[in-house]
Amino acid sequence: MAGIPHDHYEPTTGGEKWLHRRLPIVGLLYDTLMIPTPKNLNWMWIWGIVLTFCLVLQIVTGIVLVMHYTPDTSMAFASVEHIMRDVNGGFMLRYIHANGASLFFIAVYLHIFRGLYYGSYKEPREVTWIIGMLIYLLMMATGFLGYVLPWGQMSFWGATVITGLFGAIPFIGETLQQWLLGGPAVDNATLTRFFSLHYLLPFVIAGLVVVHIWAFHTTGNNNPTGVEVRRTSKVEAEKDTLPFWPYFVMKDLFALAVILAIFFAVVGFMPNYLGHPDNYIEANPLSTPAHIVPEWYYLPFYAILRAFTSEVWAVQFASFITGGIVDAKFFGVLAMFGAIFVMALAPWLDTSSVRSGRYRPMFKWWFALLCVDFMVLMWCGSMPAEEPYATISLIGAAYWFGYFLIILPLLGVIEKPHAQPATIEDDFNAHYAPDAVGTKTLVKPAE
Amino acid sequence: MLKQLTIAAVLTLGLMPGVALAASDEAHIEDVDFSYEGPFGKYDENQLQRGLQVFTEVCSACHGMEHLTYRALGEAGGPSLPEDQVRAYAAQHEVFDPELADGDGDFRPALPTDHFNKSGLPGAPDLTLMAKARAGFHGPYGSGINQFLKGTGGPEYIVSLLTGYTGEEREQAGTVLYENTAFPGGWISMAPPLYGEDVEFADGHDNGIPDIAQDVAAFMMWTAEPKMMARKRAGFIAVLMLSVLAALLYLTNKRIWAPIKNGRKDDSPSA
Repeated sequence: MAGIPHDHYEPTTGGEKWLHRRLPIVGLLYDTLMIPTPKNLNWMWIWGIVLTFCLVLQIVTGIVLVMHYTPDTSMAFASVEHIMRDVNGGFMLRYIHANGASLFFIAVYLHIFRGLYYGSYKEPREVTWIIGMLIYLLMMATGFLGYVLPWGQMSFWGATVITGLFGAIPFIGETLQQWLLGGPAVDNATLTRFFSLHYLLPFVIAGLVVVHIWAFHTTGNNNPTGVEVRRTSKVEAEKDTLPFWPYFVMKDLFALAVILAIFFAVVGFMPNYLGHPDNYIEANPLSTPAHIVPEWYYLPFYAILRAFTSEVWAVQFASFITGGIVDAKFFGVLAMFGAIFVMALAPWLDTSSVRSGRYRPMFKWWFALLCVDFMVLMWCGSMPAEEPYATISLIGAAYWFGYFLIILPLLGVIEKPHAQPATIEDDFNAHYAPDAVGTKTLVKPAE
Repeated sequence: MLKQLTIAAVLTLGLMPGVALAASDEAHIEDVDFSYEGPFGKYDENQLQRGLQVFTEVCSACHGMEHLTYRALGEAGGPSLPEDQVRAYAAQHEVFDPELADGDGDFRPALPTDHFNKSGLPGAPDLTLMAKARAGFHGPYGSGINQFLKGTGGPEYIVSLLTGYTGEEREQAGTVLYENTAFPGGWISMAPPLYGEDVEFADGHDNGIPDIAQDVAAFMMWTAEPKMMARKRAGFIAVLMLSVLAALLYLTNKRIWAPIKNGRKDDSPSA
């Protein structure tokens, strides 16, 4: 499958040959599992496996939860309590599912920022990057829809606020919002359609994940040097790579086991840490919580949404030239989706010919600042909409856009990158000396 | 570089939700050492039984517990009442059964499979989940990390609320409000429910206001999270088994890579 030359599956027995002529599925699995993988991948390349595991975990726990959940405003909250009390192991199922969403997002953010640092989005991996962004958007949608289902106070008011964003779209907004909600306000029709979509979207994500993997199996993995695998001959390619099985499967499984140990410590001992206490109060349309705070994984973009108030000159300018069509609320919505959109455009905004941030002395610092910016925005998103958080959010949002729209294009021109290693093999050998003297394995065969 | 950033990111992520909660200005909540706190904490059966008595004799006059079944009182990990006592306790309460009286519905004594009643007084919130619907403390430094050892502080909030009346009253729009140091805003419409020695415990346990408040708060933690002990046990086993698995995978991984990395210069993979 990959452009990297490697051994392909050859059916040997009669049965294998029979099947291979009709359906080369074993060959497909073999090529996927044995794909040549750059041997210098570091620990930031484990998140893909973690994410795949999360998707399966969420689908499996979700399907079992659905067996006991009732999507009806009069029974949803009670049916979740029924799961927590009366269903065998239901409390673990639900806590794993709820915290699994957080693990999913921690992993996806680290995965995305790894891609941003090592230039994984650059030519020829733009399609992988774009599909990844689509998956991320769908994850956000799925997470939001799922958070509404327990029908607690935050579920209800979160749904009210977020669907209200669509109401900010000029001309069609109100109609669109009603269409999304199935009525003038969040109610039973909203709950049932959110439930239906929450069940559907993970399977769309699963399909996109297959395409995502297909895409980067076609181009080959990026790696910490950003230097491509040599592909002129199989011998050369084998100096730069190792088959995915067993080298990276074992490494990834080890990392997954460590992460899951931490995950289960959270699920077992502090399962409500990432949740909001208000969601243990049943939804009440007549009582608005003091602070409506989205889940932590939306906070950076929530901060960008709120940053653009009518006092910001850019908002006033946009409002002026559009004759008031783009007001502060709509501007905020555009900014929020724009923040993700500019990230998706990174392959074309980054003009540097060097992939990996490791060899880009100036980029490193701007990237570090972007990471800090993301954290600061997250913090601002959790704070009430007042000073000084509004100003900090605005600075944070400006930097986010500035990084993608100004810094990335400029750096490629003004930056003088460091020398990159000629091959992946060189990089690997710089860390692990080549097979020179007596090998360790021979000295201590039992190790 | 990315490694340090990752560590910083994970740490900050961890601190985030607590920060979010700390934003709301709430009164200081005193910590109480409940028996069920910490990774190995267990509910105190006797305390839960006393708390049930307080709820029954005081709170249930106005408040309900609609998500709790009577049979749960007999389950392991809770007050663990004997079956006959569960039946007798349920039978003291009446539930509305819509199938009685030829479909017109009528009241009958409750069975263990029935739920506790809903709140009798309009405006009195249901108490089943109250210990999880309130967070008492968010420290240290708003990180909320102390949940690992102390829980969310919901029961502590309840204790502080029940003991936090100053005795001041004021009338506002026809309702009397009572000053309370734990309640957000400082004025609550619930009259002080405890006056000390409100209940007589069969085992002669102390029944001053702080004692009763702690007993009923512990009981409400149980009603909110009846499977807490099972959950901690499952979590502990999972962490233990995954740690063993991780150790084995670490060794496997090391062994597989050894011939590739032989003559290694340093231990860390290229970062």
